[in-house]
Amino acid sequence: MNWISNYVRPKINSLFSRREMPENLWTKCDECGTMLFHRELRESLNVCTNCGHHMAITPRDRFIALFDGGMFAEVKVPAPVADPLHFRDQKRYPDRMKAAQRSTHEQEAMLVATGEIGRTPIVAAAQNFGFMAGSMGMYVGNAIIAAAETAVKQGRPLVLFSAAGGARMQEGILSLMQMPRSTVAVQMLKEAGLPYIVVLTHPTTGGVTASYAMLGDVQIAEPNALICFAGPRVIEQTIREKLPEGFQRAEYLLEHGMLDRVTPRGEMRTELITITRMLMGLPPAIMGELPAPGTPAEPQAEE
Amino acid sequence: MHSYLDFEKPLAEIEGKAEELRALARGEDGIEVEREAEALDQKARALLASLYKDLSPWRKCQVARHPARPHCKDYISALFTEFTPLAGDRGFSDDAAVMGGLARFNDRPVVVLGHEKGHDTASRLDRNFGMARPEGYRKAVRLMDMADRFGLPVVTLVDTPGAYPGKGAEERGQSEAIARATEKCLSIGVPLVSVVIGEGGSGGAVGIAAGNRVAMLEHSVYSVISPEGCASILWKDAGKMREAAEALRLTAQDLLTLGVVDRVIPEPMGGAQRDPAAAMANVGTAIQAMLDELSGQDRKALVAGRRKKFLEMGRNALPEPSSFIPAHFTQGRDRG
Repeated sequence: MNWISNYVRPKINSLFSRREMPENLWTKCDECGTMLFHRELRESLNVCTNCGHHMAITPRDRFIALFDGGMFAEVKVPAPVADPLHFRDQKRYPDRMKAAQRSTHEQEAMLVATGEIGRTPIVAAAQNFGFMAGSMGMYVGNAIIAAAETAVKQGRPLVLFSAAGGARMQEGILSLMQMPRSTVAVQMLKEAGLPYIVVLTHPTTGGVTASYAMLGDVQIAEPNALICFAGPRVIEQTIREKLPEGFQRAEYLLEHGMLDRVTPRGEMRTELITITRMLMGLPPAIMGELPAPGTPAEPQAEE
Repeated sequence: MHSYLDFEKPLAEIEGKAEELRALARGEDGIEVEREAEALDQKARALLASLYKDLSPWRKCQVARHPARPHCKDYISALFTEFTPLAGDRGFSDDAAVMGGLARFNDRPVVVLGHEKGHDTASRLDRNFGMARPEGYRKAVRLMDMADRFGLPVVTLVDTPGAYPGKGAEERGQSEAIARATEKCLSIGVPLVSVVIGEGGSGGAVGIAAGNRVAMLEHSVYSVISPEGCASILWKDAGKMREAAEALRLTAQDLLTLGVVDRVIPEPMGGAQRDPAAAMANVGTAIQAMLDELSGQDRKALVAGRRKKFLEMGRNALPEPSSFIPAHFTQGRDRG
């Protein structure tokens, strides 16, 4: 209304907020608004210590927390043809890629690694929602195939953490074809008799849900993760009615028989160790935080 | 009465005039209009040819969605005999958006299934405009399983705007159903040939289209997302569907170049809707040719061939867009 409230107050506020929370040190929980100190947040694996809200976690941070002693060896993923369609919307696809690479310091939207969890050798793949919404293009397809091939070659289970807005539109039909491609990868694991465990994280939608993310032997989700084929907004527009509370969230899917379990991130590692060891016919694990294996997990990275 | 697309308006005028002339002549004896009408016909044919010679991707989408285009049901009655529809997913219900059953194709018993959009308001509602629910995909899985058990080839006809984005569909596991259907396509030990006859709408299409051979009609489209959907996400403006259609490379000709489909089936001049019988006959010929290509392959070879086909997508170098074949290219690509 007046000069003081329109100009002076925001100015003062911004000065204070700048002083009070330098970037990187504090994160605001998008659910309850609690300010979380970075060290505390890191320890809780990006789960709000106040309300239990699961915030996004990068594949690298997840792997550090998952593998014994934080040790893992990255599996090399063959690079696909860049920008096959020479796609351009308001921005060029290569520019969007470069921006994503700069902001995430990752090459693409999926990270694949080998290592041990509770002394159980596994292959893990994790999708990075921070990289172009984790979208599935040819690289992600290649990553899943590389993960499955490594698992088959080394006789290990595959644990896949999904997070994606769906297929990568900028790769057009070639991104859609990653649905059957990734399905072939899952079939390789099944034929080799190896467990394929999917951990669905927020959000997992579209063509990703409709392919490899729903084909696990065991389907686990993180609490409150949105898991769907069509997003809630699209559905509301189609059926023109309000959707029920919690619709398409992990707990809702569990209730409707679409998942085996909903497990908080803090308990996920233990649960994955327990499940993979039983499916692999191994004796119970020694639980607890284990140091890195005596020899590096994978001294000679395959390929 | 033929229904015209917006870009066919000039054509509608000429054809309307010719028809009017002839109607006039029928009413009164002795008026000679045939010559004039014939001239108009000729003009219309020339215009039609020039319109369809190089359809833009967005116009292809419009043609692919043309309400008078032959649909799955029409193909089944034209190309198959003894069609015996089979229904239900054995879990929840039947889904009329996916029709299928046993039939004979050139006397050979097969399983045929596809999306059916419906042809008038009542049937469109009944068929949910060809947008399948999980039950549709689970029925498809059941039919493919049966085909696998009895050694029957599977023919799928793809024509859907996409899987249905509804509340119940989501609750009953739309994504899981599509994933299982795709998985089934990739694991059956019998030939699976798919033809995109209209719209290949995203995951809803893939679920029944991961075949040993995949063909597309000349003016059909197959895409990861509808041009409207893509435009509203990337351009933040659903009105930019022309630009999106262009960028997505969703035409049959583009997909042939990208190695995603194996052949493009020619349509009669002016699209399948102008001469459904001819279009359907062409599809019949293509299905037979694709089945012939696969004859003699045992179960293992069929599964391995299908997997190899999809694994290779994205692995191999792709041709530059400049070498994309012109839109009127209609020949099947040779496969070794």
